[in-house]
Amino acid sequence: MPKIKLAENTVQQIKEVCAEFGNKEGELINVLHKVQNKLGYLPAEVQEVIARELKTSVAKVYGVVTFYSFFTMIPKGEFPISICMGTACYVRGAEQVLSEFKRQLKVEVGESTDDGKFSLNCLRCVGACGLAPVVMVGEKVFGRVAPTQVVNIIKEYREGCASENAKSA
Amino acid sequence: MTDYKMHLLICGGTGCKAAESDEIKKSLKNWIDELGLEDDVQVVFTGCFGFCEKGPIVKVMPDNTFYVNVKPDDAEEIVKEHLLKGRPVQRLLYTDPVSKKAISDSKGMNFYKKQLRIALRNCGFINPESIDEYISRDGYMALGKCLGELTPDETIKEIKDSGLRGRGGGGFPTGLKWEITRNVESDEKYVVCNADEGDPGAFMDRSILEGDPHSVIEAMAICGYCIGAENGLVYIRAEYPLAIERLKIALNQAREYGLLGEDILGTGFNFEIDIRLGAGAFVCGEETALIHSMEGLRGEPTFKPPFPSVSGYLGKPTNVNNVETFANIPVILNKGASWFSKIGTEKSKGTKVFALAGKINNVGLIEVPMGTTLREVIYDIGGGIKDGKGFKSVQTGGPSGGCLTKDFLDTPIDYDNLIKAGSMMGSGGMIVMDEDDCMVSIAKFYLEFTLEESCGKCSPCRIGNKRLHEILENITNGNGKEEDLERLKLLSNVIKDTSLCGLGQSSPNPVLSTILNFEDEYLAHVNEGKCPAGQCKALLKYEIIEDLCTGCTLCFRNCPVGAITGERRQPHYIDQSLCIKCGVCYEKCKFNAIRLS
Repeated sequence: MPKIKLAENTVQQIKEVCAEFGNKEGELINVLHKVQNKLGYLPAEVQEVIARELKTSVAKVYGVVTFYSFFTMIPKGEFPISICMGTACYVRGAEQVLSEFKRQLKVEVGESTDDGKFSLNCLRCVGACGLAPVVMVGEKVFGRVAPTQVVNIIKEYREGCASENAKSA
Repeated sequence: MTDYKMHLLICGGTGCKAAESDEIKKSLKNWIDELGLEDDVQVVFTGCFGFCEKGPIVKVMPDNTFYVNVKPDDAEEIVKEHLLKGRPVQRLLYTDPVSKKAISDSKGMNFYKKQLRIALRNCGFINPESIDEYISRDGYMALGKCLGELTPDETIKEIKDSGLRGRGGGGFPTGLKWEITRNVESDEKYVVCNADEGDPGAFMDRSILEGDPHSVIEAMAICGYCIGAENGLVYIRAEYPLAIERLKIALNQAREYGLLGEDILGTGFNFEIDIRLGAGAFVCGEETALIHSMEGLRGEPTFKPPFPSVSGYLGKPTNVNNVETFANIPVILNKGASWFSKIGTEKSKGTKVFALAGKINNVGLIEVPMGTTLREVIYDIGGGIKDGKGFKSVQTGGPSGGCLTKDFLDTPIDYDNLIKAGSMMGSGGMIVMDEDDCMVSIAKFYLEFTLEESCGKCSPCRIGNKRLHEILENITNGNGKEEDLERLKLLSNVIKDTSLCGLGQSSPNPVLSTILNFEDEYLAHVNEGKCPAGQCKALLKYEIIEDLCTGCTLCFRNCPVGAITGERRQPHYIDQSLCIKCGVCYEKCKFNAIRLS
C-alpha cells in the first residue's frame, strides 16, 4: 500500500505522539487526533507507523480512520471551506450555497482545487444556528451567507488579503 | 464578584464568538483602561445567553441592561455613555416586535418570560472559567452535602423521587439507572458523560459545557459516589474546541480546590475525570457505540443486553448520562426532590432545554418546563415565523424524530406526548419550517444524514435506508408512483423492527411521520408531478408572465444556458427544453415577471 517513504523526522514525530500516550492500543483515537493535527492528514504510510508503534494491525488503524469523518486521508486545501449542512442551515438555504461553491470552484464535496488553494467539505452543525446558513473558511465563520456572496468570499481568499485573518481568527 | 462596581458580561458562546465577540471584549477593555475604569468595571466572557438571534449580547450588571447585536465599534459608546454617565445606549436595546418599545431588562422580553432555567441556571451569569463564581452560586454544595450527610442510597432515592429522566433522548429514569449500576458488583466502575451531541441543529450540551462546566463535573462526582466509581470520562465531540478548553480549565480548578482527586473534602472519597474526544460519528451518541469509541475502536454499537450498567467500558459496569441530565443533578439535591417534581407533567418532571432554530424569528437556546405547548415555544418565545410566512411544521428529535403539524401546536411537550404524536423528544433540537419547505425533501435530507452516519454493521440500516433514499429521490425527481408510499411505509417498518441499534430503529421516523402528517404533499408529487412548496427543482417550471415583463433583458443576459429569448422592450420567453432550472432569472427579475409553476 505505501508509495512514498516518510521523512525521518516525520516518523520520529509520530513515534513521539504514540509514546506520549504510552503506546497503548486503547489510545488510538487520541493518537490519530494528535498526529492529524501535526501533519494535516493521515495517509497510509502514517497509519503504518502508528500501527507498528501501538502493536496493532494496519487494518485496524485503517478501519478507525475511515470510520470517523473527522479523520482524512486526503490533504486539505490551504483554505479549507466547510459548509454547515445542519438542519437549521439546510432550511435556510445551505444547499444553494453549497452548489454555488461547487460551481465556482469546479470541485465536488471532499475534493480540493487543482492549485491546492481550496478544499470543499460539509460539516454538521457548528452550533451558530442564529447565523444560518454558515460557512467556515479555516477558523473564520461567515454567517447568513447568500449564494450571491459566494463569489466574493472566494475572491477575498484568492487575492490573499484575508489569509492573515483566517489564520489568526 | 467582589470589588468591582460594575460588570460587563459578554456572551462567549460559539455563536457569538463567530460574530466577533472577542473583538467586542477587546474593544470594551481598551476603552475601560483608557478612561481609567479598570478598578471599577470588570469585563468577562460568560456562557451562552440563549438569545443567539440577537447576538452578540452584552449585559451590564448590576442594572441588568441587555444590549443586542453589539458590534466592536459600539464599545466606545457603551463605556462613555452608560458606564461613565449612567445613560443606557438606547439604540442597542432590544425592541419588542409588537409594541415597538425598547426593553432594557431581559426579564421583560417575551423570549425569557416563559422560560425556566434550571440546567442553564448559570449560563450567561457566571464566568465559566472561574470556579469561585460557580461556588458563589451554590456550586459544589450538593457534592458536599452528599459526601457529608447522605449515603449513596439516600442520594439515589432523592434522584429517583425527583422523577428526573435522561435528557439525551431516551428518557430512561436517571435514579433507576444509577441504582442498577450501584447494585452490580465489580472491583471497578465508570461514570461516563455523553457529550457527543450529533443531532444537526442542536447545541444544548455544548452551551452547558461552555457556560457552566463545573455543574457537570460536580454531578459526575456525585454519580461516582452513588454507584461506587472512582473514574469518570467525558466523551466530547472534537468539533467543540471551546467546550473542551473550558472543561479542561474547570477540571484543573476542581483538582486544585480538592473537589476532584484523592480524599475529596476529607471524606476518603476518590474521583478523577478524564476527557475522551469523539471524531465525528453520529452513531457514537448511542451508548454501546460510544463505549467502543472510548476504547479506541470503530464506534459500532453492540446488542443490548448486556447493558452498559452491567458491562460497559473495558467490560466494567458503566453509568452513561447525558450532559443536560448531569446539569440537573446538583440543583435537585440542593432544592430537594419535591421541589423538582412539582415542575412539569405527570410523567415528565422538570424542564427541557431546546435549541430552537430554522424559520423562526428568535433562534436560540431555551429552557422551558415540561408541559409547555409547542405554540408557546414557537410564538411566544420564538416570536413566530420568519418573514411573516405561515407555519408548516416543527421537527423535533433530529434524524430520529418526526415532523409535527399545526394540529399538534397545543400539545404539551413531554416524552410521552411527543411519542404519541409520532415524533420524540430526542436531545432537544427543534427546527421550525414554513410553507416554503417541502416535506418530502426534508425526509430525504434526514435520510442522507442517516446514510452517511450508518456504521454499516447491520443490513436493515445499511441497505434499507439506501433503498428508502432512492425511492424518495425518485419522488422528488418526478418519477414516483402512488405505490411508492406503501413501499416506503413497509420498508420503514422493517428497518425499525430489525435494526441493531437506536440509529437504525429510528432512522425511518422522519419518513413515516411526514407520510402520516403530509400525505397530500407526497400525493401531489407522485400523482400530479407537482411540488406544492416549490422546492423540488425537477418538478418546477419557470415561466415569464407576459403582462409584467418589460423586456429589460436582464434575465436574458444572466441565463447561463441561453434558454431565454426575446427582443428588447418585448416580453421574453423561456425555452423549457433548454432551461436547467437554476433560478437565476427568478432572482434577477426586478418586476416579479417570472413565476414558478
